[in-house]
This record gives sequence, structure tokens and C-alpha cells, in this order.
Amino acid sequence: MHEAAIAQSMFEIISEQARKYNAKPVKARITCGTFHTVNDELLSEAYQAIARDTQCAGTEFEIEHKPILAKCRKCDRKFEFHLDNPACTECSSDDFELLPDEPLILEEIEFQTE
Amino acid sequence: MNKTVKIGRKILSANEEYAQRNRELLKQKNLPCLNFISSPGSGKTTLLCKTINDVKDKLRIGVIEGDIETDIDAEKIRATAAPVIQINTEGACHLAAAQIARGLNALPLDKLDMVCIENVGNLVCPSAFELGETAKIALLSVPEGDDKPAKYPALFAKAHALLITKADLLELGPQIQFDMEKVIQDVRKINKNIRIFPVSATTGKGMSDWYQWLVEFATAVDR
Repeated sequence: MHEAAIAQSMFEIISEQARKYNAKPVKARITCGTFHTVNDELLSEAYQAIARDTQCAGTEFEIEHKPILAKCRKCDRKFEFHLDNPACTECSSDDFELLPDEPLILEEIEFQTE
Repeated sequence: MNKTVKIGRKILSANEEYAQRNRELLKQKNLPCLNFISSPGSGKTTLLCKTINDVKDKLRIGVIEGDIETDIDAEKIRATAAPVIQINTEGACHLAAAQIARGLNALPLDKLDMVCIENVGNLVCPSAFELGETAKIALLSVPEGDDKPAKYPALFAKAHALLITKADLLELGPQIQFDMEKVIQDVRKINKNIRIFPVSATTGKGMSDWYQWLVEFATAVDR
């Protein structure tokens, strides 16, 4: 349930932006590497609990989970790693390294306008 | 029409800043730091106590002990005479880099050769939070079952070494269902370079290979 910690950080950034633009945040778009193992529903629930009674309450989330990328040691190509078929999609080699997980990024916020 | 504003900010940037500061401090002190991660009950504390005692002539280890509540584990580490700092996360399922900063600050770093962090027992959350450690060490105990690397790949993909603990139970016979080959195969699929050590802290079996790796890792220039 590390979603609570992530939701807290998210709330801090979103509420700071809401103050800056003096507007209600209705939607936030997030990208996140798969290995962060973030559960969308838990993240949203944790956020709503923190944001209750503030102008940030009710922000909807659109979370894009980025696949794990790997780099083939044989042909040097980058490819999307899938656990059920862990091999280079170009040359089928199973000699590859996983690239670092994409960070959790708050990409954009949609604010309600008058 | 609503207004969309581009933000492009890392959500965990506060944690990352602390992690980076920890990394710099450890580098400045030339101290390797291992982050031990596993499910509760896989034997992290037992392994650490045994390791601290058995390598004490070669490595002086300090410990940052993470638990939701209590200092039960820190008491066990303290009995080895190693310096230990207990961090209670008060409900949180993982250690955060700011807590490690406090732990490093409280440890006598100049009198140590290595810092070991025992994370909160949890196979999922701790691997998502960088602490500034040099390497992650995963533990998987035989009773947990051989399907864990396939079910929880994130940790096994990131770890430098995997300790398969309570390996003495493999000798109990058919009531223990654990396919070592399957574990090794599943882990290697996602992490080619990981070192795997089947160990028993109770019987001592396999521990010398782990100690050898540990001492080499601690003294390596390019770790």
C-alpha cells in the first residue's frame, strides 16, 4: 500500500498548482513505470482521502503505465520486455539487460475554468 | 473549456533528493550500503545477525532497522554489538530516503565498513523507493514458495543478489515443495547478472559463499 505515500506527494504538487492557478483541478495525467507496481484504484482512493474538504477533492486520474524496456546485448536494440516472452523482439536473443523503470511523473493537470 | 497545464514533475522527487544526498554521503565516506528486502518472516534479521557475527573480523557493519512498530529486530541486532538505529514507519509499508538520512546521521559512519538497511517486511512496496543504497539484496525463503520471482518480478529484477533462505528445509523431504531450478530460471529471465545464494543461517550451509561475495562487494573499487 505504498500508494498512500505516492498520493501524499501527488496531493502536495497538485494543491500547490491549484493555488498558483487559483482553480479546481479536475483531472491529472500521470505516467508511471510498471515496476512501481502502482494500483490505480488504491492511488485514487488514497488521494481522495487526503484531498477531502479541499479544492483538490474529486480530481480524476488518468494513469499510463509504461512498459519495461530492455536492451539486447546481441543486436543492441531496445525492446519492450514481457515476462511471458522474455527475449529480444528483433533477434530472439535472451541475453539482454532491463533498463531502469520509468519514473512516476505528473505530466499535466486539467483545471476547471469559470 | 477547461485549461490544461503541463507540469512534468517527478512525483517522488522529494524522496529522490534525499536518496541522492544519502548516496553522496555514502560515497564521501566510501561506504557500501545494502538494502535488504523480502516478505515478513523470510529471515532478514536472522541472516543479518549471523552475517554480522561471522564477518566481524573483516567488516564492521552498521544497521538501519526498519519496522512498522516495535524495536524487536533492533534488539536482536544490538545483541551482536553492531551499531543499530531503529526506524519505526508507524504504519508505512516501506522505508523512505529521509528516514535513511536520519539513520545515517545517527550511525558512527567513520567506524564502519558497510551499512545494511533492513527494510520493512514486504515484497512489493520497498522496491519502488530508492534510498540511496549501493545495491538491493532480495531474500526468498523456501517456505514462501518457488513462484514468488514470477509473481513479484520488480524486486528480483532490481536486486544485485538473491539469498534463498531456510535452504536447510529442502532436506526435509516431500512435504517441502520448492523447485530451486525454477526459481533460478525465473530470476535469470529478468536479471541475468544477479548472484544467487541458497543459504541457511541456522545450519550455516551456503553462508561462506555469501560472505565471500559480501566482502568482495564491500572492498571492490568499482562496485
